[in-house]
Amino acid sequence: MVKRFGQKVYIALILLFLYAPIFILIVLSFNESKSRSKWGGFTFKWYVELFKNDNIMNALYTTLIIAFLSALIATIIGTAASIGMNSMKKVPRTILMGISNIPMLNADIVTGISLMVLFLAFNYTLGFSSVLMSHITFNIPYVILSVMPKLKQLNKNTYEAALDLGASPSYAFYKVVLPEIFPGVLSGFLLSFTMSLDDFVITHFTRGNSIDTLSTKIYAEVRKGIKPEMYALSTLLFTSVLILLIIVNRRSDMMKHHEKNRATK
Amino acid sequence: MKSRKWLSFPYIIWMAIFIIIPLLMVIYYGLTTKDGTFTLDNLFLIADPINRNALWLSIKLSVISTLICLVLAYPLALILNSMKLKNNSFIILIFILPMWMNFLLRTIAWQNILENTGVLNTLLKFLHLPTLELINTPAAIVFGMVYNFLPFMILPIYNVLIKISDDTINAARDLGANYFQTFLKIILPLSFPGIISGITMVFVPSLTTFVISTILGGSKVVLIGNVIEQQFKMINNWHTGSGLSLVLMVFILISMAILAKYDKEAEGKSVW
Repeated sequence: MVKRFGQKVYIALILLFLYAPIFILIVLSFNESKSRSKWGGFTFKWYVELFKNDNIMNALYTTLIIAFLSALIATIIGTAASIGMNSMKKVPRTILMGISNIPMLNADIVTGISLMVLFLAFNYTLGFSSVLMSHITFNIPYVILSVMPKLKQLNKNTYEAALDLGASPSYAFYKVVLPEIFPGVLSGFLLSFTMSLDDFVITHFTRGNSIDTLSTKIYAEVRKGIKPEMYALSTLLFTSVLILLIIVNRRSDMMKHHEKNRATK
Repeated sequence: MKSRKWLSFPYIIWMAIFIIIPLLMVIYYGLTTKDGTFTLDNLFLIADPINRNALWLSIKLSVISTLICLVLAYPLALILNSMKLKNNSFIILIFILPMWMNFLLRTIAWQNILENTGVLNTLLKFLHLPTLELINTPAAIVFGMVYNFLPFMILPIYNVLIKISDDTINAARDLGANYFQTFLKIILPLSFPGIISGITMVFVPSLTTFVISTILGGSKVVLIGNVIEQQFKMINNWHTGSGLSLVLMVFILISMAILAKYDKEAEGKSVW
């Protein structure tokens, strides 16, 4: 009993450590005072101000569109690459997988500066497209990492059975292979989206001065003092993800339950 | 499925342009002077007192942070594993969820906690304990590193632990091993791959960060990441910046090689 209690306390302390800053940010989003270190009373005004602040809304828009496009393009390139690599011999496949590990193992700062050097050396103007290409680059490995295991589990016979039964290769691919690997494709997309959304370092080096994402905007405000609207925006983002996750979790639980019931019948 | 190889060509071309060529360019700039002649001077700039101290401090702080993460994460992973939860994804979500609050903002929130009149010191005063001066010191940076990278230590260890079969542990217990013997001889060696990947995932970003030191160290604490960032963004000296990055990359490669060696030894042992 004492041991169980001790374990629970330990988990609670770690969670407190991980969630304390988030709690503070949520509290700050309701703080009347503009100062970070003073409590000026409860207010919703930063939530109202947020939607009037074009600067922040533009940065939010840029962040989301880059996250979406980079995740989408990375998912297409990465999924195609996984299928191609899966039909290769062991040696070329290992080499290609090794290359895809480089951006994951390398430090963000090195990836960031190397991309910045590439763009500037070829006189490519830094801006939206350079950030987008950089995000695609660091997202592709996450897609490959999620899709590859699903392809390995795939039973080759089902695809060949479809061909024997008269399906064309592309029809067999859409009807047999794609549904099987789809969970991996989806989690690769979501992982990429999250990584792109949270990235600061690589965007910092490849954005030039023309565009801002939420991260680069916050970084620029670190010395001047963060605008309270930022706290409001991040609270909104955090709670919407939280609600979304709870719904998804509930649904997958219900689906598991459903399947179990069907199986026992 | 043999004809499918062409599907990876876009990827190969993409990675060649955006991964391989940029890295070769960093190597080129790191090993040349402004007029393009070969030199090793950019690498030797690491011996300059400011750069040397920054690198040394980065190594020190990232090693300390990695160790703290390991010490905090391992027991936690053991406890989570012993709870035998049916819903694994829930555990993972709890530790991933904080990442959806912007990483910079979460680090800024630590300013609020660690400030001289911040949350932590108010609490200490309330308990009649001596207050601490943490903000803008290396200790605050260690706090920030541990906070930001702890999930990357917890998850790999947890993922390895849940895969250890109960039968293996029960067999050891049946053969007379007590809890500590089972832990030392069975659980610890089998969880080694998780520990290794946890260490890399915490050590590399800690060693190379410039954001955490900027936010929690004021401008008083300079890490090697800050030096490189300034070379590229402020001073615009690609040659020095690339040279220092190369040194940093060599450090990362050496530490990975050492870890990989330990990983292999652990694998070899587990056969016995």
